[in-house]
Amino acid sequence: MLGIFFRRVLLAIPVLIAVASITFFLVRLAPGGPFDADKAVSEQVLKNLNEAYNLNAPLSEQYFDYMSGIVVGDFGPSFRFPGRSVTELIMTGLPVTFELAIYSMLIALLIGILSGVVAALKRNTFLDYIPMSIAMIGICVPTFLLGPLLVLIFGINLEILPVSGWGQLPGDKILPSLTLGFAYAAYIARLSRGGMLEILNQDFIRTARAKGLSESMVVTKHAMQGGLLPVVSFLGPAIAGLLSGSFVIETIFQIPGLGRFYVEAAFNRDYTMILGTTIFFSFMIVIFNLLSDLAALWLNPRSRDT
Amino acid sequence: MKYTKFYLLGLIFLMGCSSSEAPVDSAVESKIFHYGNGTEPQGLDPHIVTGVPEHHLLLALCEGLTSSNPKGGESLPGSAASWDISEDGKVYTFYLQENGKWSNGDIVTADDYVWSWQRILTPSLGSQYPDMLYYVMNAEEFHTGSLNDFSKVGVKAIDDLTLQVTLKEPTPFFLGLLSHYSTWAVHKETVLKHGSIDDRNGQWTRPGNFVCNGPFNLKSWELNKKIIVEKNPLYWDSDMVELNEMHFYPISVEMTEERMFRAGQLHVTSTFPSSKCTPDIKETNPNIKIHPYMGTYFYRFNTKNEALSDVRVRKALAYSIDREKIVETVTKCGQIPAYSFTPPGSNGFLPDTKIPYDVELAKELLKEAGYDSGKDFPKLEILFNTSEGHRKVALAVQQMWQQNLGINVELVNQDWKVYLSREMIGDFQVSRAGWIGDYEDPNTFLDTLRPNRGNNKTGWENPEFDRLVALANATLDQDERYEILMQAERLLIDEMPIAPIYTYVRVYQLHEDVKGWYPNILSHHHPKYIRIERD
Repeated sequence: MLGIFFRRVLLAIPVLIAVASITFFLVRLAPGGPFDADKAVSEQVLKNLNEAYNLNAPLSEQYFDYMSGIVVGDFGPSFRFPGRSVTELIMTGLPVTFELAIYSMLIALLIGILSGVVAALKRNTFLDYIPMSIAMIGICVPTFLLGPLLVLIFGINLEILPVSGWGQLPGDKILPSLTLGFAYAAYIARLSRGGMLEILNQDFIRTARAKGLSESMVVTKHAMQGGLLPVVSFLGPAIAGLLSGSFVIETIFQIPGLGRFYVEAAFNRDYTMILGTTIFFSFMIVIFNLLSDLAALWLNPRSRDT
Repeated sequence: MKYTKFYLLGLIFLMGCSSSEAPVDSAVESKIFHYGNGTEPQGLDPHIVTGVPEHHLLLALCEGLTSSNPKGGESLPGSAASWDISEDGKVYTFYLQENGKWSNGDIVTADDYVWSWQRILTPSLGSQYPDMLYYVMNAEEFHTGSLNDFSKVGVKAIDDLTLQVTLKEPTPFFLGLLSHYSTWAVHKETVLKHGSIDDRNGQWTRPGNFVCNGPFNLKSWELNKKIIVEKNPLYWDSDMVELNEMHFYPISVEMTEERMFRAGQLHVTSTFPSSKCTPDIKETNPNIKIHPYMGTYFYRFNTKNEALSDVRVRKALAYSIDREKIVETVTKCGQIPAYSFTPPGSNGFLPDTKIPYDVELAKELLKEAGYDSGKDFPKLEILFNTSEGHRKVALAVQQMWQQNLGINVELVNQDWKVYLSREMIGDFQVSRAGWIGDYEDPNTFLDTLRPNRGNNKTGWENPEFDRLVALANATLDQDERYEILMQAERLLIDEMPIAPIYTYVRVYQLHEDVKGWYPNILSHHHPKYIRIERD
């Protein structure tokens, strides 16, 4: 397993270099520059600004400067926020996004696994149909609809939860975590139901029952280990997705996370910020995929033996 | 039944989270103002930032020589207590406040202004608003590098509290320029402690480092969350300031902002969702405020385009837009049909130009230009940046042009930066545009359409128009000057390089506890006048 780990880490390096290089040139190819504004600046001012950020230098020089910077962890200054470095901005948004991701994942796992397992055990009863129908709706309803809907009910009509913010008013973390969690809970419920159904028909489950083990023992000890494998494989991409893709939730609920910086950087042509966040997210995706693969390997007795 | 206790538990959990008192309710006692402030500000260095959210913050934190009048009109004293203007209108002598202090206790001196203006005009700083000072003698020369000796620029400290400014031309709106943040002073020692004079990335604007001379001090700054400022006891007019703190929230989504307002988390919003505007909105929602704003929404014609180079075509297009209908059925938020580029009422300037909605005349003009009933007229593209509002207006104009003139119109929607770059290089035929005045004077509008101005973008160059605007800037008598500007405005509407559509209004929500918040055309609301009182 250690071999696999190191091989994958080594493979990740060229991937990250390729991502950085492609993004570097793509953002510069996009029409419009970081200093284009409604009130056009004079040529003189534009020249001064480009000079201040080394954008007048030949592209190859800019590229090598940038790449040698990221080797030592320097992502450069943000164009949009003078006086702030990209690293500082990422480090400001990351803890918030991470916290939101953890809460949402916990909610997703709790609701998803519970309803998935129950649905599989009580196949073709209302305990199966109802949660699975809700899960289907959960997959179909986008967060930008569910979020405002929950806000309308709990924030404005019932007035029991704040409508936005993060750590500013008591309870303001509940609605965003629930909204984001529900979307993932739906996937997890369907995955765990499918996985459990497959396992519950296996011979070793019948053997366990024949040996006289209690049903709860059969489910928790034997069935769930294999039945939840699809969920484990899903977790890596899901966490990476939660970290990079919570822009909508962050915007609806006014959360100072990384997703907002990322998307706004693209709109503002904040070259260094786009690059910094893209590289960072790529790194996250590589790492979490690797971790979930390793976890799946460890859980699956068949692949463990080989 | 067995699940009932779980539901109850869940409900109790949610109730436990309920916030005891909405921020606007507790503000009656605490005097904390909650401000919906659009986007996250770029920064707080007045010489570097641009934008409305930044302006709101800087109004609380710093102050220029003059300050804009909360009720609109003539500028009021700011860090200058009074001033004299020479007879020829070219030499201004400012007498600074005797008890004017920086937030660290240092005196605000005339030298601070000289150094600050040198900083704005230093090319390597990359300030985006240096042209606000180009009216000062030799300022443009210093900024563009043809003069290296700053002592030759027309700004001098006569003594600690007396500042003398010499202008190129009389420039009657100069006092108004001084209430714009790009001309304000910064604390020299603080800036230099954290970087050089031309350092864009200096850390002096961080909480703890920040020193300025406004009614409030910077207390904390959490990115994309909120900025808190607290009352500055050293401010020269601190007796006037009633608020203890102001919390500025960067909320870029208008629906989120609207929900926050409804939940009592904000005193004022920066916008109001246009989709919620109805003709009787003011009756149904007493918190809605709709005020004229010094901005014009217009369509820009690319006069380098073959068809559009003909003034008859431009007039035909402009005359076949039903502006009344657009504001009544499309924008619906109280916008005012525009028949001039300069919005009416800019410091008493009332343009008398007319743009008729006359389909017959428009058809006649188009026929004269060689396109009878739109025959052989090339396909016309309207370029606009992504926004539901712009799309709706463009759809209405498209329909009017197609129906009234029989020409084929296509809509081109582009991302903001792509739209800007296409406008800049002239890669468009008709583009939607908006212009918001920086100071209360018609010059902030008419100057943009002079030849060689970066914001002209129409390719239209008219020497007579240029001469009139220049002449107005050199004319001291206000009536005479407005008459000259009126001629320029008439010439502009007669040449029609742009087709004005409507005058902007500011539509936002204001909590009923807020007092001392006056409508004005620039929408500048100086925090020192704002109070929170519950009736």
